[in-house]
Amino acid sequence: MAGTLGVEHYLAVSAALFTIGVVGIFVNRKNIIVILMAIELILLSVNINLVAFSAFNGDLAGQVFALMVLTVAAAEAAVGLAILVVYFRNRGEIAVENVSVLRG
Amino acid sequence: MLLIAFYILSSVVVLSALFVIAARNPVHSVLWLICAFFTSAGLLVLIGAEFLAMLLVVVYVGAVAVLFLFVVMMLDVDFVELKQGFLSYLPAGALLGLALLAEIAVVAVAASSRAPSGTFDPKPGAQTNAEALSKVIYTDNLLLFQMAGVVLLIAMIGAIVLTLRSRPHVRRQSAAQQTTRRREDAVELIDVKPGQGL
Repeated sequence: MAGTLGVEHYLAVSAALFTIGVVGIFVNRKNIIVILMAIELILLSVNINLVAFSAFNGDLAGQVFALMVLTVAAAEAAVGLAILVVYFRNRGEIAVENVSVLRG
Repeated sequence: MLLIAFYILSSVVVLSALFVIAARNPVHSVLWLICAFFTSAGLLVLIGAEFLAMLLVVVYVGAVAVLFLFVVMMLDVDFVELKQGFLSYLPAGALLGLALLAEIAVVAVAASSRAPSGTFDPKPGAQTNAEALSKVIYTDNLLLFQMAGVVLLIAMIGAIVLTLRSRPHVRRQSAAQQTTRRREDAVELIDVKPGQGL
C-alpha cells in the first residue's frame, strides 16, 4: 500500500469528499446555495470513484458513466439555481426553513 | 513521485471541500469549490483520465461555478443571518459524518482488498484517453450520449421558462405583430360627401 498508487487511495479521498458533502448539507440547513454546492461535492466524489475504478480495472464504462453524472450535475445546478432566483424574486429571501410558507 | 503528487492534491481537495461548507461568505465557498474542482481534475490526470479531467475543468469551473458565482452575487441576501445555527447543527452533523465515514471506510477496505492495484490502463487499445473514450461513446453508448444532450436541452429550456418574466407595463417591440400588420388594419378610406362631416 505504501509503494504504489492504488485504487484504495482514490476510494479514501472520495469517501472523505462524500462525507464532507453530507455534513455540509446538515450544518448549512438555512443556506440553500451552500446546500447546492455540497451536492456538487457529493457528485464530484462519485465521479472520482467511478473514474478510479474505471482506470484501475481498464474498463472505460466507468468513465462514460462519469460523463453522464457530469451532465446531470450541470443540468441540476442550472435548474436549481433558476428555481432559487424565482423564489428570491417572489419572497425577497432564500431561507430554506420558510419555503413551507408556499404550501396552501 | 506519483504518490507524492497524489497526497498533495488529495489534501488540497479535502481541505478546500471543508472550506466550502465552513466559509462564512458564500462567494468564498464558490471560490473554494473551484479550487476543489481544479485539484480533483489533477487527481484524474494522475491516473490517466485526461479527457474527464479537462471536462471537469470546462464544465464545473467554466459553467457551474460561474453560475453559482453569478447567482450568489445577484441575490441581495443577508448571509450573516443565514449562517446562524451553524454551531448548533454541527454536533449532529459531525456525528452523522463520522458514522458515514466509518461505514464507507469499512466497505472501501473490503473492496480494495479484492480490487486490482498498482497498475492502471485508462486507455485500453488506443493512443490517448480521449480517443479510447470516443470509440466507446460514439459506438456502444450512442443512445446514452444522445440522452445526455436531451437532458441538457430540457434543463436549458426549464431554466429559461422558470426565470423568464413578462412585465406588463413595459412597452416592447413585437416583431411578429409588426410584420403581420396589413394595410386594411391600419388605413381606412372614407368617401366624404361635400357638405357633410364625418
